[in-house]
Amino acid sequence: MSILLNNKTKLLVHGFTGAQGSFHAQQCLEYGSAIVGGVTPGKGGTHHLGKPVFNTAREAVAATGANASLIFVPPPYAADSILEAAAAGVEVIICITEGIPVLDMVRVKKRLKAMNASGGHVTLVGPNCPGVITPGECKAGIMPGYIHRKGSVGVVSRSGTLTYEAVWQVTNQGLGQSTVVGIGGDPVQGLNFVDTLKLFQADDQTEAVIMIGEIGGSAEEDAAHYIKKSMTKPVFCFVAGKTAPPGRRMGHAGAIVEGNAGTHASKVEALKRSGATVVDNLSLIGEAVAAKLKTAAKAKPARK
Amino acid sequence: MKLLEYEGKEIFGRYKIPIQKLCGVIKLGDSPDKLRLEGPGPWVVKAQVLAGGRGKAGGVKLAKTPAEARELAGKMLGMKMATHQTQGKALTVGEVLVEEACEITREIYISVVMDRKESCPAIIASAEGGMSIEELAHSHPEKIIKVPVDVEAGLLDYEARQLAFDLKIPQNNFRDFTRLARQMVKIFIDLDANLVEINPLVITGDGRLVAIDSKIVTDDNALFRHKDLAAKTDHEASGIEREAKAIGINYIGLDGDIGCMVNGAGLAMATLDTVKLAGGDAANFLDVGGGASVEQITDAFQIILRDPKVKTVLVNIFGGIMKCDNIASGVVEASRKVKIGVPLIVRLEGTNVKEGKAILARSGMKLEQADSLWEAAQKAVKAAK
Repeated sequence: MSILLNNKTKLLVHGFTGAQGSFHAQQCLEYGSAIVGGVTPGKGGTHHLGKPVFNTAREAVAATGANASLIFVPPPYAADSILEAAAAGVEVIICITEGIPVLDMVRVKKRLKAMNASGGHVTLVGPNCPGVITPGECKAGIMPGYIHRKGSVGVVSRSGTLTYEAVWQVTNQGLGQSTVVGIGGDPVQGLNFVDTLKLFQADDQTEAVIMIGEIGGSAEEDAAHYIKKSMTKPVFCFVAGKTAPPGRRMGHAGAIVEGNAGTHASKVEALKRSGATVVDNLSLIGEAVAAKLKTAAKAKPARK
Repeated sequence: MKLLEYEGKEIFGRYKIPIQKLCGVIKLGDSPDKLRLEGPGPWVVKAQVLAGGRGKAGGVKLAKTPAEARELAGKMLGMKMATHQTQGKALTVGEVLVEEACEITREIYISVVMDRKESCPAIIASAEGGMSIEELAHSHPEKIIKVPVDVEAGLLDYEARQLAFDLKIPQNNFRDFTRLARQMVKIFIDLDANLVEINPLVITGDGRLVAIDSKIVTDDNALFRHKDLAAKTDHEASGIEREAKAIGINYIGLDGDIGCMVNGAGLAMATLDTVKLAGGDAANFLDVGGGASVEQITDAFQIILRDPKVKTVLVNIFGGIMKCDNIASGVVEASRKVKIGVPLIVRLEGTNVKEGKAILARSGMKLEQADSLWEAAQKAVKAAK
C-alpha cells in the first residue's frame, strides 16, 4: 500500500490547457499517471494531450470517474477550483498553485471542514506545494519523477526542492519511497504534518518517515507531540531556516519567525524530545535513514 | 508588507477608529515648517520606522511648543536608530510623524492575527498594554485573551461585548470599544491583512478611547486585488530587494560574504544553514525559482554581485523538471554577460547531472564543482577566507 495515491488513482487536471498545466500534465502522463481529463471553463468538448477537456469539474467527474484533482489554476481563481473539485465529489485534491491569498485559504478550509463534518471525505494537499507521488504508481505534481524509487520510506515536507534533495539521497542509498507528500509552504494549508504522519503510521508499506520542516508556525511542534504520543515508526527530521533573520519572510509565506514563535530552536528541541532523529546537516539525512533501516533489516529475518 | 504607523493610522481614520489628530508627516528633505501645529499642544514626535522599541531608542519625543516640535522633528529625520528589534543594525529614520499628545490613564493591547493552527483570524487582547505582547505571553499567559473570528461573519456583537467585559472596559468607553474591535476585524478582512495591531490602545485623561500606535502587515499574495496597497513602497525591503522582486527573484540581503544562488525557497534556506555549519556566513538568501531559466540565472548573478561584501558565489541547483545540462549552459551563458570576478562554486544535482557537469568542465570558466551541498558549502567557505 501507499498513501493518498496509487495505481487506481484517476487524475483530473484543473487549468489543464494553461502553460503550467500542460507542461506538468505531460510530465505526469509520461511518468505513467492515469490522467483521465482536464477542466478549463469554455474549452469543454475539446481534447488536450489526448485527453478530454470539460467545462466543469462536475461534468468531468461524471464522465470519467476521476477521484483525484491536480490544480494549476492561477492564484486569483485557485481557491474556487479547490471548492469546485470538492463539490464534484473528488476526494484527494492537490493544489500546486503558489501565491493564493491567505484569507482565500481560510474560506476554503472552513467549507471543506463543513463538508467533512457532514459526511464528506475530502483531503486537500497544498497549496504552494510540489504535489504527491507514489513511485511507480502515480505522480501528481511537479517533482522530477526519475529521482524516486519504490520503497519503504515515507517523505513529508513543506518545501519543494528540499524534498527532492532528501528523496534523491534516499534513492542513492539503494532505498526507495512509499509516498512523498509536499504539504506546501503556506501558513494556511490542507494536510499538515500530523495528518500525514498518521497516514504513514497506518500504512503497511512505510517503515520509516523523513519529515522536512522549516521555520514559522507550530506544525513541527505539533508533529513532535504526535510522534511522542503515537508514532512507532522511526522519524528523521531536518528543519530549514536556522540562520534566517527574524521577521523576514524566507520565500514561503509561511516561513517567517514572528516574535518568539516559529523559531528553529523550538522546533528542533521539540522534535528531539519526541524521540525523532534530527539532522543538522541536510546532506546526511539519507545516510541516517539507511543506517537505521539496514540495522532493523539485520535484526529481523527478511520478509517475503 | 508592513505599513508604517502613519499609513496604518490613515486606514484607521477611514474606518473610524479613534486616533489623535495627525499634524503631518515630514520626509527627508522636507522642512518641518510643513507641519500643521495648531492649538495648545503638547505634541508627540515619532520616528516612522518598522521596529518596536522606538521610545527607548529616542524615536518618540514630547514637545511642549510648536517650535520645539519642529526642532525635534528636524533632528529626528535622518537619525540612525537601533532598537531591540533591529538585530543590531541601525535603521535610518526617513519619515517623522507629529501628532497631538494625550494624557494616558490606561493601556490595553489588542490585535487581529492569523491563527495558523486554527486556520482562521483571531483577536488577541490583554488588559495590560504598552509592553511587548510576546513577553507578556511568556510571563503571564493567563492575561492573554484569544477570540477566534469567523472570516465570513466578522466579529459578532456578543463576541465584542464578551471581550469588552473580559478586558474590564469602563462603561463610558464600552460602545466605542466594541465598535473598534469589530472595525479592526473589518480592516483585517477588507485589506487581506496578516496583522492589525494597536499597542497601546489607551484611555486618555479626558476619558476617550484612542489608538496610540498602529501596526498593519498585509498579505503580499493578495496585492493583486489591492491596487492602492500594491502601489505603496515596501519600507522593509532594501532597494536591491525591491529590484529583485520586480524581476521575479526572491532576494533577501544578509550580513555574510558568500553569495548564494539556489532554486526553491526551502533549499535556499537549507543552503544558508549549511554554509553556517561549514563555518561561513551567507551574504544573501536568493531563490531563482523552481524552473531556473538562463535569464533568471543571469539576473541572479547580477543581483548577487551588486553586493560588495560578496567574496565568493555558491550556486546550488537541484535540476528537476529543468535539466542540469540546461542549467549548466545557463551558467556558462550568464558568465559571458556578467563579469564574475570572485571564486564560483557550483553544485548541480538531478536530471542529466553528468552532462551538466561536463558542460561546466568544458566551458573554460574558472569554477569549482561539488558533488554535495555539504562539499559545496565547505569549498565556498574556504574560497571566501
